Amino acid sequence: MKNKELSFWLFITPVLLSLAIVVLIPGVMGLFYSFTDWNGLTFNNFIGLEHYRRIFQDTQFGRSLLFTFVFALVCIVALNVIGLGLALLVTSKLKSRNILRTIFFMPNLIGGLILGFIWQFIFIRVFSNLGTLIGVEALMGWLSTPATGFWGLVILTVWQQAGYIMIIYIAYLQGIPKELLESADIDGATPGQKFRHIIFPLLAPGFTVSMFLTLSSSFKIYDQNLSLTGGGPYNSTQMVAMNIVDTAFSSNQMAYGQSKAVIFFIIVATFSLSQVYFNKKREVDL
Amino acid sequence: MKRNKSTIVLEIFAILLALFWLSPFYLMLVNSFKTPREIFASVLTPPTQLNWANYQQAFEDLNFIRSFFNSIIITLASVLIIILFSSMAGYALARNKSRLSNFLLLLFVAAMLIPFQSVMIPVTSLFGQAQMLNRIGLMIMYLGFGCSLAIFLYHGAMTRVSISMDEAAIMDGANKFQIFWKIVFPLLSPISVTVAILNVIWIWNDYLLPSLVLSRRSETIPIRMFYFFGQYTRQWHLALAGLTIAIIPVIIFYFSAQKSIVEGVTEGAVK
Repeated sequence: MKNKELSFWLFITPVLLSLAIVVLIPGVMGLFYSFTDWNGLTFNNFIGLEHYRRIFQDTQFGRSLLFTFVFALVCIVALNVIGLGLALLVTSKLKSRNILRTIFFMPNLIGGLILGFIWQFIFIRVFSNLGTLIGVEALMGWLSTPATGFWGLVILTVWQQAGYIMIIYIAYLQGIPKELLESADIDGATPGQKFRHIIFPLLAPGFTVSMFLTLSSSFKIYDQNLSLTGGGPYNSTQMVAMNIVDTAFSSNQMAYGQSKAVIFFIIVATFSLSQVYFNKKREVDL
Repeated sequence: MKRNKSTIVLEIFAILLALFWLSPFYLMLVNSFKTPREIFASVLTPPTQLNWANYQQAFEDLNFIRSFFNSIIITLASVLIIILFSSMAGYALARNKSRLSNFLLLLFVAAMLIPFQSVMIPVTSLFGQAQMLNRIGLMIMYLGFGCSLAIFLYHGAMTRVSISMDEAAIMDGANKFQIFWKIVFPLLSPISVTVAILNVIWIWNDYLLPSLVLSRRSETIPIRMFYFFGQYTRQWHLALAGLTIAIIPVIIFYFSAQKSIVEGVTEGAVK
């Protein structure tokens, strides 16, 4: 082997090896085990598509999947609208814009587990306290029904991640040429017109990035789900990630849990790839 | 004049929104100093006196010194090996223009599509059979899950490092390792900061992976927090004091490196 090739392999081997034993080999093993009666250590029989057939009749998995889809959809819309709104606010001429940016971004650095516990206090204690104070029935009993659990998770996630989406939009807003906006001013364009005809179309790559990020992050959520609702009441707010963890590690059905994990991978990968594809296409069209 | 007025209105609106954004932290903080009776009476008002006993008990029950150092060791060591090995790989992949090199880069990028939950069951089984469900095993897992994005970022940054640097060093008789560590790696330091920040945020806050890997003795802050909170459900005065303690290191980190953090996160997302 030539000296040059040797150094190439020396440089690349540590990461290649770790990727192989942590992601690639477990990925292939996982796919294989999903067709067997694997118990986490050994397997005795191939059972073909039995697990997958069972998944289709698993009402809890179906419910988790539907819940996660709706949750992801609501979060994508809310996060992008609020994130862009915050970005426009902190890139305006406000005196407080720097401190605002610091504040809006802050929840992002703190783990979902800890934030979920804080919001548990807010939804359970603060909301009921407020509800009694101002006499609003709707503020009572949060997180004890499927609907309030759902909106609780949405509020927590949006509050945590909007600052992240904000800084992505800030980066793209700052990339818009100043001359373009100035010449629009000279032509007498209103702020609304400028937003619709200049800023919005030029933000297209920003949409791609932040929609991709919000889609995959809200679909894979686990920590917030665990700490805020724990999946309750009666597993009604249990999302797919938690359903997989529970199946494998609480009910000890390793192979069945892994089959769900395979389905989960197919959904996430399909979403991610198709979304990037469509957004790239739209950017070119504009 | 009209423009000025609308700016003031916007300014006031923005400040109110920011206060609203901070209100969860305010509520956590004020109630962490109260007695259970005070919390029951009112959650919105500041405490009548500072009940440090809540903090004392939470600090002890969280075993905070131990879990804090466990978190520090795991985070720093994992981030260090991610930077070390990913920068080397990013450099090698950028300088080698072969088809194999392109394929490997594509492999690393494609691996980012695989969600953690899809491989967590076999990976914990594999590491368990190798007796590697410990801190070292966890660090290797973080390298495996974290290297893809890091390599991608380093590879992108390499386009800005001129190959004439390498050539000049070869003339002077330097070998590949010397070229990389003495010349190229220092030039990549802005990306190293980005990679460090992204991975610190991820690993410091991660719950699921360490909960599957670590024993009670080496548990990190999020794992300890999970048990602590379960123990004090509905004893909000203690739970909130514990949560405040857990957040303090992150807030210090944020305010001491705010500019780099925001830049790093932007870089990592936009690339």
